[in-house]
Amino acid sequence: LSSGRVNLTALREAGRRELREFLDKCAGSKAIVWDEYLTGPFGLIAQYSLLKEHEVEKMFTLKPGRLPQADVKNIIFFVRPKLELMDIITDNVLREDRGRSPQRDFHILFVPRRSLLCEQWLKEQGVLGSFIHREQYSLDLIPFDGDLLSMESESAFKECYLESDQTSLYHAAKGLMTLQALYGTIPQIFGKGECARHVANMMIRMKREFPGSQNSIFPIFDTLLLLDRNVDLLTPLATQLTYEGLIDEIYGIQNTYVKLPPEKFAPKKQGEGGKDLPTEPKKLQLNSAEELYAEIRDKNFNAVGSVLSKKAKIISAAFEERHHAKTVGEIKQFVSQLPHMQAARSSLANHTSIAELIKDITTSEDFFDNLTVEQEFMSGIDTDKVNNYIEDCIAQKHPLIKILRLICLQSVCNSGLKQKVLDHYKREILQTYGYEHILTLNNLEKAGLLKPQTSSRNNYPTIRKTLRLWMDDVNEQNPNDISYVYSGYAPLSVRLAQLLARPGWRSIEEVLKMLPGPHFEERQQLPTGLQKKRQHGENRVTLVFFLGGVTYAEIAALRFLSQMEDGGTEYVIATTKLINGTSWIKSLMEKLEPAPF
Amino acid sequence: MSRARADEEEYWHSSKFRAFTFDDEDDELSQLKESKRAVNSLRDIVDDDDDDLERVSWSGEPVGSISWSIKETASSSTSSLEGRDSSLQKGSSSYAAFPKQVSSYSLSSLFKGELCLSLSALSDTGVKNYAPELRRPKADYKDYSSDWSPKDTVRRMQRGKVCSLERFRSLQDKLVLLDEAVAGHDGNVITAVMLTYFTHLKISLCPVEILFRELEVRQVALCHLIHFLKETGEQKLLLDLLRLCFFSLSFQLSQYREHLNIQDVEKRREFLKGCIGLPFSAEDTSHIQDHYTLLERQIIIEANDRHLEMAGQSEIFRKYPRKASILNMPLVTTLFYSCFYHYTEAEGTFSSPINLKKTFKIPDKQYVLTALAARAKLRAWDDVDALFTTKNWLGYTKKKAPIGFHRVVEILQRNSAPVQVLQEYVRLVEDVETRLNLATKYKCHDVVIETYRDLKDRIQLTAYKCKVERGSAEEEKINSILNNMVRNSY
Repeated sequence: LSSGRVNLTALREAGRRELREFLDKCAGSKAIVWDEYLTGPFGLIAQYSLLKEHEVEKMFTLKPGRLPQADVKNIIFFVRPKLELMDIITDNVLREDRGRSPQRDFHILFVPRRSLLCEQWLKEQGVLGSFIHREQYSLDLIPFDGDLLSMESESAFKECYLESDQTSLYHAAKGLMTLQALYGTIPQIFGKGECARHVANMMIRMKREFPGSQNSIFPIFDTLLLLDRNVDLLTPLATQLTYEGLIDEIYGIQNTYVKLPPEKFAPKKQGEGGKDLPTEPKKLQLNSAEELYAEIRDKNFNAVGSVLSKKAKIISAAFEERHHAKTVGEIKQFVSQLPHMQAARSSLANHTSIAELIKDITTSEDFFDNLTVEQEFMSGIDTDKVNNYIEDCIAQKHPLIKILRLICLQSVCNSGLKQKVLDHYKREILQTYGYEHILTLNNLEKAGLLKPQTSSRNNYPTIRKTLRLWMDDVNEQNPNDISYVYSGYAPLSVRLAQLLARPGWRSIEEVLKMLPGPHFEERQQLPTGLQKKRQHGENRVTLVFFLGGVTYAEIAALRFLSQMEDGGTEYVIATTKLINGTSWIKSLMEKLEPAPF
Repeated sequence: MSRARADEEEYWHSSKFRAFTFDDEDDELSQLKESKRAVNSLRDIVDDDDDDLERVSWSGEPVGSISWSIKETASSSTSSLEGRDSSLQKGSSSYAAFPKQVSSYSLSSLFKGELCLSLSALSDTGVKNYAPELRRPKADYKDYSSDWSPKDTVRRMQRGKVCSLERFRSLQDKLVLLDEAVAGHDGNVITAVMLTYFTHLKISLCPVEILFRELEVRQVALCHLIHFLKETGEQKLLLDLLRLCFFSLSFQLSQYREHLNIQDVEKRREFLKGCIGLPFSAEDTSHIQDHYTLLERQIIIEANDRHLEMAGQSEIFRKYPRKASILNMPLVTTLFYSCFYHYTEAEGTFSSPINLKKTFKIPDKQYVLTALAARAKLRAWDDVDALFTTKNWLGYTKKKAPIGFHRVVEILQRNSAPVQVLQEYVRLVEDVETRLNLATKYKCHDVVIETYRDLKDRIQLTAYKCKVERGSAEEEKINSILNNMVRNSY
């Protein structure tokens, strides 16, 4: 975490401090009952050892029924403010044996905020009085990596665009206030989109209302760029082609962890050969603390193989050196390097296995066909008629999400589909997958992902050309442009960030007007003593906040810009949720009851 | 480098230092080194497996992470009881709720209200918590005055502070407060205001019509209320509201969505019938009408077929027992089912495929694909043949496939059709290259040979000889063609 330009350990430490304060309030031994969804994000803030130091002896997952026996003084519920969870807690509390002695005390910690609604609900059930402490833990922005923060708020996009519930924006603004408290007031704010406008307004208002928050910390961030996801609906729909992006597309990365099929990770030691192959999925943590992963995560997958083989040669050469070690001193030096080498070897082994797994998929015919269609759409070919491949996929009952991703992509690349084309797709989907999906289709329309063409004018080609979204001569091995992350398509969102840094948005006014929502600029006054005098050659630091989610490929593209020699800007990325096309569309689908058989 | 970083991580994970020394870099560094040494020596004792830097259980969870520990502590949960006094805890709750004064800054002191009491807590414990006042900054004294503007009230609520909503008595005042809450974008507060004034959890405090009239112009608030009612399962008020919301499509869909919660098919059918009358857009209406008709049809077919299956009279059901009921399946699945079990039925019966095709206006392509898959599965090759045979008015027959014969071949192949059947359709693939590819892939030797013959491609034909069995009829055929070609070319 401390490796980046901005030291995010400070943020994590602030989070830990708050957690410790709460735990110390409940004196005596404790057991924590976890809303399972929260364990992932909390794991990025604190380890069990920290909880243990504060007398947390047992931990359980929240489920209905009687709480497990545990000889502790306090039972603390760590939950999101959701009514269905309140019902479970109520059940837990009501079933608690009143006669037991000693009695256990109940507390509740809402993450990220207390909710009047939930407390009212508990009150209706007659259990509110059972809780001694009811508090909130504002887990707004969680540090994921040296340059990455996420709120892990799964439904933020859906809430903002489908349910007009902007609570997540309020949390985003609060998270930004926290950041400013730690890293100084951000002097410049740029934004594009309705939600961006709201967040900026809230930030400015919060600052006005808390004059005390006027801090005297030297600002680390120069600029904040707020971007609505709906300004760029296209990017998440396309298949990411970076190493990390593909891992996420295929296996899904949750809170920096990925679960992989175990076959390729059989124990390598001789002694364990007798055991059966593991059947549980292999879980790995992925972040830049791992040297090799930091190097390959953002590369186009086609460039990963050569790096891996180069590494393999270096490592085996390093191991060979033991034969040349003659003197005791040399041997000692070799031995001292051994742990590092072994770590490098096991990391290499893991990533070689992952790369093999991915390669099996990327070389399949269907992956290729799918990618071809995506790239045709993005480069503007045949976006206005019914696509054969999509029809075939429907006929063969491919997963619905895949179909929806493609159709939405086509719609976005054509500024809406012709009514006839749209009706045809809709009909095919409803007949093949069931009429109840009319609800999902309606959600997608509401979010603007799927729509009929209203005006005869298709803006996408203009946007594509002005922002140079499609690059024919893409270099995957040694990229010279961000378009390498999608092998040709340059993510619109990142292009906006790039153009903002140089030459500025004034050069693309026309295109900005075609994209939804207002664009704006705000300045926050700094006390004279804190104004930055820039050293010559020193890079600016920009925080890009994606409201509604960001993909790993977009992150890779921003990291690429940070590393450009003459770039002049380094980026830190924040978001409401790390997404990919599949998880994003899934969040917009109606949760259908499972079939009754 | 990664080693150092990993160690540093380790330091953070195992840190016992409470105070975060912010500006004192050197001190932190020396502590880090010291702790690193300690941690490392500790590890030597605890950990004898030095293969990985971090201890990781097989499932990959680093040992000591939260989700790992949950499993651990849960499984070792003890059940001993021990006397411990806790009588003091109850009753002193409101005092215990005040956070300690924080020495250096923390997130909580920045944004969270120091006094974390909400509306509901207010009514629980009363407003009489004056004692901690002394410790709070002066600006907060007016917490307990009662003349905040609606704006201030909303701000205070956002920060989780005590505030009295009782002073906003007139509807006008309440609406101003609601508008403020909406402007604050905090769903928590919006819902709280709504609940306090307009509805109670169980009953509507004000007539639905008035409530609705005011909310109609406050869409955001309305959405929040509907969302809340949905979540709490407050059906009556929800449906009352929805009935008044006819102007908007999404609300009708909410109503339609309700059918998913109805398990009983008859009731579900009735419900869907009711939905048809809702003012949807033209296409949506037709889809919902279709949904209803389909379910109605499925109920009839299901009853009929279950009876047939139980009776054991029908051969097809004996040979291929049904895996699941057809109820609530998509249309195409239903069509497949009917092509499988009811293919030969007359158009007049509800379960016949032709009837389904006409009723739901299923496109030719879709129909042929489904029928083909179903008949191929039953290995009814004659039916497959009939599917593509058309007669013109002179009585000549012709083969035609709306989906392209390459697709036909793929589907047949997937259902493991014999080569004789397969090659008949491979031969019909128009594009020469595709035809050759398919024929080679599925070993339809005759088609390959004939195609090369027509192309007069000697080289390929000779090359293909090694792909057929030695001494087989195919080899002979190749040889004779090659001989003929030689003769003709001279």
